[in-house]
Amino acid sequence: MRTYHQLTDPDRSGLADQIGAQRKRVAERLAGVRRIVAVMSGKGGVGKSYVTAHLGRGFARAGRSVGVLDADLNGPTIPGLLQVAQNAESPAIGIDGVKCISMGQFLDDGAPLAFKGPSAESFVWRGAMEASALREFLGDVEWGDLDVLLLDLPPGMQRYIELCDILGNPPAVLTVTIPTPESRDAVRRAMRAAVERGSALLGIVENMVGGELRGTAGDDLAKEFGVPVLARVPWHPTPDTWNQLAAAL
Amino acid sequence: MKFLCVECDQQMAFAERQLPGDGTLAATFKCPKCGRVVAMLTNPMETQLVSSMGVEIGGRTVPSEPFEMVRANVVTGGPAWSADAQERLSRVPSFVRGMVKKIYADYAKERGIPEITPAIMDTARAELGLEGM
Repeated sequence: MRTYHQLTDPDRSGLADQIGAQRKRVAERLAGVRRIVAVMSGKGGVGKSYVTAHLGRGFARAGRSVGVLDADLNGPTIPGLLQVAQNAESPAIGIDGVKCISMGQFLDDGAPLAFKGPSAESFVWRGAMEASALREFLGDVEWGDLDVLLLDLPPGMQRYIELCDILGNPPAVLTVTIPTPESRDAVRRAMRAAVERGSALLGIVENMVGGELRGTAGDDLAKEFGVPVLARVPWHPTPDTWNQLAAAL
Repeated sequence: MKFLCVECDQQMAFAERQLPGDGTLAATFKCPKCGRVVAMLTNPMETQLVSSMGVEIGGRTVPSEPFEMVRANVVTGGPAWSADAQERLSRVPSFVRGMVKKIYADYAKERGIPEITPAIMDTARAELGLEGM
């Protein structure tokens, strides 16, 4: 009996072609984007979204056209940070003219992300649904020409892996950590995974510096991976902090 | 997935798709040589898995719309909020805003009101005794 790959007749479903069309749509949409930067960590609570939003504003103040894609589908915070109204059209225009897309624009205020569908064994399809939502964010937003598109990733590696699959090429990565050794160890794993996938590491942002959080995570990771610490962000940063980070990138 | 008519050693061709409306899917495939037809029946979970990939068995008849999957599958509820109403809601203290929004949304939903405006909010306040919200 012949096997799957030996059956080569075209079929009307053309599922492979449909997947190919989805990827083509993403590529065409992002053709006007000069640079894509994924802001990631591997650890929660280090301020990825905060850094992403303010970095975007720093780029915008420098005259760059910038978009932010909030890939944290379950905990979207970019609309609030960029002061975008709920249900705003996509892309929404946030403070300083930063464009953005977020699941927060599709959800009711305070509502968790939930998908229609059978509740039993939803773990089987929910991941695929979230990956499709990410694909639509990448392929359906009319960004226009952008100097830089920042991708705000949630903690963990799953969204980064989906992103690599959808984009076809691994995006450059800006890593955010806090000073503590616990953060360093979690972020190290994420950086290793990014290197293994082929992402260029742009550097490290050490956030929440100068307070109660003690450690040298930024320097440790910079030395280990041979990348610069691009910014040490204090608890109360000024716009200059972000302007300098944007300039360093 | 593909279907093979073992007897004819022929790849079967997609013939028809049916969505009964209970979350299941039926798709039939026909052998181009002997004419035998088989049906693939998927349960709701399997149907959802295919749907979540943004593809359609049998092929697309119309191009996909922007945010098609998100708009069709993300659970949202309640009526739309006009810009003025949103602005007014934003002035409600954040620790009770969610509760206040739900009250207005339930009011509109029960009355089939598609969009909440400041006028609707005023009416609801008067009817429900929500002075100050």
